[in-house]
Amino acid sequence: MAKITLKVNKKEHTIDADPQMPLLWAIRDIVGLKGTKYGCGVAQCGACTVHMEGQPVRSCSIPVIGAANKSITTIEGLSDDNSHPVQAAWIEEQVPQCGYCQSGQIMAAVALLQKKTSPTDADIDAAMQGHICRCGTYPRIREAIKKASKKMTAKG
Amino acid sequence: MEPKDISRRKFIRVTGLSATALTLGFYFSGESKASTIIKGEDAENYGVSLNSWIHIDTNGKVTIVSHRAEMGQGAYQAIPQMIAEELEVNLDEVNIIFGKGDTVKYGNQITGGSSTVRGTYKNLSKLSASAREMLITAAANKWSVPAAECYAEAGHVIHRPSGKKMHYGELVVDASKLEAPKNVQLKKIEDYKLVRKPLARQDTPLKTNGTAVFGIDKTLPGMLYAMVERNPRLRGKVKSYDDTAALKVPGVKKVFKVTMKVFDTDREGIAVVAESTWAAMQGRKALKVVWDDAGFDYVNTEDIYKKMKAELQSKEGLSAKKQGDPDPILAQQKNKLDVVYETPYQAHACMEPLNCIAHHKGDSIEIWGPIQAPDWVQGDISQKMGVKKENVIVNMTFLGGGFGRKAFLDYTHEACLISKEAGAPVQVIWTREDDMTQGPFRPGVSYRAEGAVNNGEISAIKFRLCGQNIGHWMGSKKDVPNDSVLEGFQPHYFDSIKNISFSDVPFETPIPIMWWRSVYASTNGFAYESFMDELAIAAGKDPLAFRKQYLKSDRCQKILDKVEQVSGWKNRKPKQGYGVAITECFSSTVAQVVKVSKDATGKIKIDKVWAVIDCGWYVNPDTVRAQVEGSIVMALGAATNHEIHFKDGLTVEKNFNTYRMPKINEIPPIEVFIMDNNEDAGGVGEPGLPPFTPALTNAIYDLTGKRIRKLPFDLAKV
Repeated sequence: MAKITLKVNKKEHTIDADPQMPLLWAIRDIVGLKGTKYGCGVAQCGACTVHMEGQPVRSCSIPVIGAANKSITTIEGLSDDNSHPVQAAWIEEQVPQCGYCQSGQIMAAVALLQKKTSPTDADIDAAMQGHICRCGTYPRIREAIKKASKKMTAKG
Repeated sequence: MEPKDISRRKFIRVTGLSATALTLGFYFSGESKASTIIKGEDAENYGVSLNSWIHIDTNGKVTIVSHRAEMGQGAYQAIPQMIAEELEVNLDEVNIIFGKGDTVKYGNQITGGSSTVRGTYKNLSKLSASAREMLITAAANKWSVPAAECYAEAGHVIHRPSGKKMHYGELVVDASKLEAPKNVQLKKIEDYKLVRKPLARQDTPLKTNGTAVFGIDKTLPGMLYAMVERNPRLRGKVKSYDDTAALKVPGVKKVFKVTMKVFDTDREGIAVVAESTWAAMQGRKALKVVWDDAGFDYVNTEDIYKKMKAELQSKEGLSAKKQGDPDPILAQQKNKLDVVYETPYQAHACMEPLNCIAHHKGDSIEIWGPIQAPDWVQGDISQKMGVKKENVIVNMTFLGGGFGRKAFLDYTHEACLISKEAGAPVQVIWTREDDMTQGPFRPGVSYRAEGAVNNGEISAIKFRLCGQNIGHWMGSKKDVPNDSVLEGFQPHYFDSIKNISFSDVPFETPIPIMWWRSVYASTNGFAYESFMDELAIAAGKDPLAFRKQYLKSDRCQKILDKVEQVSGWKNRKPKQGYGVAITECFSSTVAQVVKVSKDATGKIKIDKVWAVIDCGWYVNPDTVRAQVEGSIVMALGAATNHEIHFKDGLTVEKNFNTYRMPKINEIPPIEVFIMDNNEDAGGVGEPGLPPFTPALTNAIYDLTGKRIRKLPFDLAKV
């Protein structure tokens, strides 16, 4: 057990945890943010995706000690009211079905759009193909990313 | 598609509905399917307690109960959308809550068989219209005007000639004193304001900001977490275990043996109860368990399919349906078709692995979880744990996928056992490996199809199905054929095929099996519609024209015309890679055309999928479209990737690295069309799945001349 400081969604949390505990479980069970999900535990599905120092990472496969003092953004940190352009696009396109994978999908999409404001289909494939959706919302994810891109580039 | 009413309203969890003035529910008389609408205060006379679907309080706040599970298929939206339509309230002013498990209050709650809308819409429409009429009558009485001069809209009653209006909150007390009307007029399709509109789902905003509470997200004060070390061969017993190291893991509180029921097998495991999920996982890793796997056969996929094939060649099976007499025709047919189709065992692979919270409080138990059948769980737990039914409270959360797996009663029972032993509320979480390897699974099924074609016409067809029968779990007898042998086969084929038979060749293995999306239609569709295609080719006929020839009903003709038109079927060139299939499942018929080609590496590429669904009456066209899209993606995975293998009694595939899910870059463009009519509602969540695979393999045959009869197959190796 060790005292570790996490910076999650611009708030500091000093937690007492096994340094090897995956960041995923620290976020869910200790910080108490349940939007980031457990889907496989072996970085195969993407449901656990958060941003660490602005990059999308698989929190199930990062020991919490590796996230100490780094800035972490979870799905809850994107906005207070679903106003992030990616969230708004997701709602307009009615993307989610069961919704369980969607936090990870959205975090990956946000990271993509931060890097490439007008991604091509190939860019979308490359960024999103590590994310599983069992309900098969993929066609709508693609459309929502394109829509979000339009929103974000229109803003300038 | 631009949906109206994008709501930013937060989901309000209403746990105690007090001071409700108008509550309406149903009295479900024992045998008949008819229901009588009764009022809350009359409930005692009927010996039932009511907590109905609609609550309106004196402030006009409307709460609608969604009594079925929400697992992505849109019930959480569809039920309120139907109710709000007849009730005349704005959907974004309505609170939606999940109903608890209670057959008496809600009737059937099992969310399966694509039955939520089709099983409830007539009753719920009647209920909602009745509430509306009572509110109108109450206003008319107050104003001393004829009710016919009044109408309801957006939570108000308005007197047309004078423009006077009152909101429902002002009327509920008076309305509750009125008799529920015996007959109500339901709206015509052309008058719908909500139904048939692609309204934005009320759960969508919760699923884009991480606030939707799935079973695995739920917490209770003082809750502990548990993981169970499970036998890899499923049925082995615990010979011994050493928990010394496990108990030393920080946060681990208790370790003990737990035995849950899976059908008639006792499944033993060692539960580790801890203060966090991670501590429970680490505690479980530190366990040393010695298993006793003696006394049962170890299953092997190879042996299973070898045996199935042999049975299909040697056994007639139990007759499920026989029309005319195919056998003598087949016996003397010179160029008889005689082929075998094989389909694999499948995992459900919901994105949310199994989990359940139970709080055993002695003479009562409260459960929270991603549960498809809260009423079944209530009854099952009451019986298994010896607690009175009214003291078993089953709360549904959102489900991260269900597909049939979360209708099974093992994980809920296990959680109750663990909470009882731990003396605290406990959340039991299954790892992905647990979820994928422990089953139950969709059964793998093999088929033998024999057919005779003469002069371009079908003379005879004989289908034999060989696979495990899920019905045996529900108590069906072993000398009765599987009641799902015909699932997927469009019934109107029977109008024009004179000599056709289906039989069930009994097959048993110890592998636990369960419903999976579209159940037996998921494999039947592949076999039956592949074979119809083989018959069409043998008859020298265009496969789509062949379907039209043998499916003469008006609705089937319309569906086939539509898919022919939208896919450009008639303009296709020979060997261009077009395939068609049409199946019926849960009272809906879906036809699909798939177009394939080969990419530069020679791998099969799916260029486009066109799907036409006739589901009769429906609520939300966008949801219908989404369900067909999703069903196609699931079928694609099943056709081209997914097989659960068993070797030496062990499940081979454990996680997504070996059970590969389709990814965004592998999805073809999909276009879905909905037939518009006012026929009885059919299912929506599952019927889109069965026709995809045969349409795909029929397209591949068209392109390459290769007939695929075994699933899964590799698109790169055709």
